[in-house]
Amino acid sequence: MIDLTTLLHWGFQTIVAFVSTIAFAIIFHTPKKEYLFCGITGGVGWLVYLICVGMGWGVVAGSFLATVALAWFSRIFAFRRKAPVTVFLITGIFPLVPGAGIYYTGYHLFMSDNFLALDKGLETVKIAIAIALGIGIVLSLPSILFTFRRPRRLP
Amino acid sequence: MGDDSSILELSFQMGETLLRNGAEISRVQETMERVARAYHAEKFNVYVLTNAIFAIGREQDGEHSAELKHIPGTTTHLGRISAVNQLSREIEEGKHSVEEARQILREIQKIPYSSLPLATLACGVGSACFSYLFGGDGLDALTAFLCGLVLELYLHWADTCKMTKFLTNLSASALVTLCGAGLFGLGIGHHMDMIIIGSIIRLVPGVALTTSIRDFFHSDYLSGTIRMFDALLVGGCIAIGVGVVVKGISLLTGGSLL
Repeated sequence: MIDLTTLLHWGFQTIVAFVSTIAFAIIFHTPKKEYLFCGITGGVGWLVYLICVGMGWGVVAGSFLATVALAWFSRIFAFRRKAPVTVFLITGIFPLVPGAGIYYTGYHLFMSDNFLALDKGLETVKIAIAIALGIGIVLSLPSILFTFRRPRRLP
Repeated sequence: MGDDSSILELSFQMGETLLRNGAEISRVQETMERVARAYHAEKFNVYVLTNAIFAIGREQDGEHSAELKHIPGTTTHLGRISAVNQLSREIEEGKHSVEEARQILREIQKIPYSSLPLATLACGVGSACFSYLFGGDGLDALTAFLCGLVLELYLHWADTCKMTKFLTNLSASALVTLCGAGLFGLGIGHHMDMIIIGSIIRLVPGVALTTSIRDFFHSDYLSGTIRMFDALLVGGCIAIGVGVVVKGISLLTGGSLL
């Protein structure tokens, strides 16, 4: 099922996601020294999403697992780089936010295709909830999982 | 109040800087409390909302003070949040006197935004990348790149006009759709949906959504609700902006374009 072409495709997509995350880091005025780590966070999130969707697990489960991976990396980087976790999380989340869902919802709604509009609208909400759960769960975990040390303060 | 040696003033200013630049509520509250504790303020209570800070405290010399301030709409500046975070860490380690910390904070408040050409380029590149990620081909990405450039310039212009958030999002998504459809009509690009999805990603409320979730999970329900509504309204505005233009074009061209 997974051949070389698929792997190359995934690799290239991950690089594109890496670049796009850095573009968003610039838009949100992130310090220059964190660009690389923001990019890695975004790339990891997108790679996990691709793998999940490629395995046929669907976009909602894919968004959830990708958010978990991305938030996990954000917390590790936040500790290592002594920066707020927000820096990596906000920039890295952009490939996953349901921009396509918003577009199709609006498109079908105005083209009077109510059934499809509702379908896409619900999917958008489900993806948003999946992202919310992913972020919420990982950020609530004890910090020892990310620092490998006794917790002293929140990252 | 207002003098450089006031602990409460320093704490308040740091909280305000964080909130103005889009930090989540728990971070603002924690930072303010941490600073007050580090300088041994006798008593300090603070309550933070998405658009306001309420603080009351007493310093060692017996000076009482209370402050509340309304803090209107926020922009996201992760650099400043990062810098204040670093400063609060150093204050906790006892590296700075109150006056020094105030000086550093003034520098932080002056950290510039990314320059317009750089931001425009970043928006273009971001749009092109997302257009590709969502299944567009090279030509679609190029069209999305052009739309992204237009979008960032428009957003900058809307900002200088002090346009409301509603109108900005509505008009920006309509403009981008018009732009994408126009270029698509000229034969540049193969999938109109991929072009537009890539171009609107700059407007999608990812920051509001993420911050809202973090507020909710810290039990700051009121602030979380404010931001969640923000995300929903912006998302709705984008959908309407795109939808109206698509509908208009399909009516004008008799559906041939789509």
